[in-house]
Amino acid sequence: MSFISYLINGISLGSVYALIALGYTMVYGIAKMLNFAHGDVIMVGAFITYTMCSTMGLSPVIGVLAAVVACTLLGMAIEKVAYKPLRKAASPLAVLITAIGVSYLLQNVALLIFGANAKAFTSVVSVPALKLADGQINITGETIVTILSCLVIMAGLMLFINKTKAGQAMLAVSEDKGAAQLMGINVDGTIALTFAIGSGLAAVAGVLLCSAYPSLTPYTGSMPGIKAFVAAVFGGIGSIPGALVGGILLGIIEIFGKAYISSQMADAIVFAVLIVVLLVKPAGLFGKNIQEKV
Amino acid sequence: MKKFNKFLSVAVASAMVMAMAGCGNTDNGSAATGTNAATESAAASDSAASGSVFKIGGIGPTTGGAAVYGLAVQHGAEIAVEEINAAGGINGYQVEFKFQDDEADAEKSVNAYNALKDWGAQIIDGSTTSGACIAVTDKTKEDNMFQITPSGSAVECVQYDNNFRVCFSDPNQGLASAQYIGENGLAEKIAVIYDSSDVYSSGIYEKFAKEAENQPFEIVAAEAFTADNKTDFSVQLQKAKDAGADMVFLPIYYQESALILTQAAAMGYAPKWFSCDGMDGILGGVDNFDVSLTEGVMLLTPFAADATDDLTQSFVTKYKEKYGETPNQFAADSYDAIYVIKAAIEKSGVTPDMSVSDICDGMKAAMTEITVDGLTGNGMTWTADGEANKAPKAVVIENGAYKAM
Repeated sequence: MSFISYLINGISLGSVYALIALGYTMVYGIAKMLNFAHGDVIMVGAFITYTMCSTMGLSPVIGVLAAVVACTLLGMAIEKVAYKPLRKAASPLAVLITAIGVSYLLQNVALLIFGANAKAFTSVVSVPALKLADGQINITGETIVTILSCLVIMAGLMLFINKTKAGQAMLAVSEDKGAAQLMGINVDGTIALTFAIGSGLAAVAGVLLCSAYPSLTPYTGSMPGIKAFVAAVFGGIGSIPGALVGGILLGIIEIFGKAYISSQMADAIVFAVLIVVLLVKPAGLFGKNIQEKV
Repeated sequence: MKKFNKFLSVAVASAMVMAMAGCGNTDNGSAATGTNAATESAAASDSAASGSVFKIGGIGPTTGGAAVYGLAVQHGAEIAVEEINAAGGINGYQVEFKFQDDEADAEKSVNAYNALKDWGAQIIDGSTTSGACIAVTDKTKEDNMFQITPSGSAVECVQYDNNFRVCFSDPNQGLASAQYIGENGLAEKIAVIYDSSDVYSSGIYEKFAKEAENQPFEIVAAEAFTADNKTDFSVQLQKAKDAGADMVFLPIYYQESALILTQAAAMGYAPKWFSCDGMDGILGGVDNFDVSLTEGVMLLTPFAADATDDLTQSFVTKYKEKYGETPNQFAADSYDAIYVIKAAIEKSGVTPDMSVSDICDGMKAAMTEITVDGLTGNGMTWTADGEANKAPKAVVIENGAYKAM
């Protein structure tokens, strides 16, 4: 019975990782950069919902929508101010360092506004817990909503990319930026759209993360952000199904590692698995090995 | 392929950087530490020349995840210094107090100490957190500067003869907890959830586990977590539940405790809870936290803000007036630390114009002779190895407030 509880908890944790990993993977796939501020956008989203719902007493729906809108705008603003001017820089490191800078900026601004005290996030989920097998298995409403949202968002995103013009433009830009531009695709606009979608999803991930683990501080986003990055690499960075599979596997490995091997070694186990996967499949589970002609 | 590898290695390298810097943030303390040795000695002679005030330096995190503790230590000390100055100072000398941020980081704590030394500090009230405090003890030992930590509870926080502390040491808390539970027959099967990456938490746990062998209860599960993995406690709680624990011992800080209490309630697990002074803060430290979840939680803490004695009442009133919050144990420890410094100075008769090292030698000798009635204990005395002798108090949370057990 415990096994099933662990499995469900793992999938739930993994779903959050998957949602965050989407942001990493889309931005990497299209802009070929790692947006390390992504984890902190999650935190911003959670704080906006917290302020709307817990402080101002508005309904959770408004809180979540406001967070999505605000994070979308924030993502586009970050891209415009911090990353776009550096896109042509000689070294890919320049924009990476900027991303780390933006990450610290967001953390410290949040620290300034909200203080260091941890906040207990009021769950936005009002679905009752599901009790199975005479109450031996208890699936919380947050778990159900997290897993479902992750699947719905993933399906929606796949449809968007494969069926819409903007989505096709994204694919084209990720394949070859120069050629896409020649075909009349607005590359800058497409990259901005990618950041917008990734950051909007980050807001959702932040709300779900904090609903399941209700502790909110300015540093809430940094560790899940790193884990989600690992999930994205694990699944094959640049690949959207890879982010889903990578995230969920990572969540399950983490929980099982804690449960059956050692609760303090959980992270070491996760990273050991990552290393093994990268040794066997250097591009990740779903990644494509693209040969470059010299 | 080659290009991909490059991206990946950059990515992995930066992931490592981020992981290491994960819980850090910008540094207020090191701005002042760029000064070199020359200005340092100049500053030292400056303050020696002024010679009419005692300069006490405080160190603790005022930003970052542990800021609650550092701010409490800062505020508690400030109130004590104000009172002392208003009452005419120590032996007629006024006291100046300056507090430096260390973000609970060992390296930054040493930087903060250096900055305080540049300022002319003669006595240190700090560091607030154990890991940072241990790093600073090496430096104060080198300079032979008197150091008293209000709250650094790890054994090594008082490893040298110039180090003293106000709070209990970790092993003492573990020992006292085990004995208290055993003597009062509070539980038969106990699960422990502790932070293996934190010296405070693992220090308490180790001693608790050792003492448990002599007690009429059994530890049925000992589950750890680490600083990087402290949001999901579903596994640890599930294991405690499966092992049939009727009490969970939480030798951890209140932020994680709040999460554990919430997650346990969500999974329908309701054991008894027992904790140490790290739990102090659960009632006000987490905004928006459902305090009803803490009903019945027991903890060992030397300070309860609702105590009715005059000293506590006046301290709590002043603190609330000045900082708008209820002081926690760290504030009380720090308040006491300043009065301990005062008592040791008065006993030894040291004066501000003496060298840092002479002040330290005088105070060191005086420490074993003084008795202080403070917020965190009556008739506190010290041994030469730096430990305070005082009785632990257990409280239980009832209707959202501490109640003596």
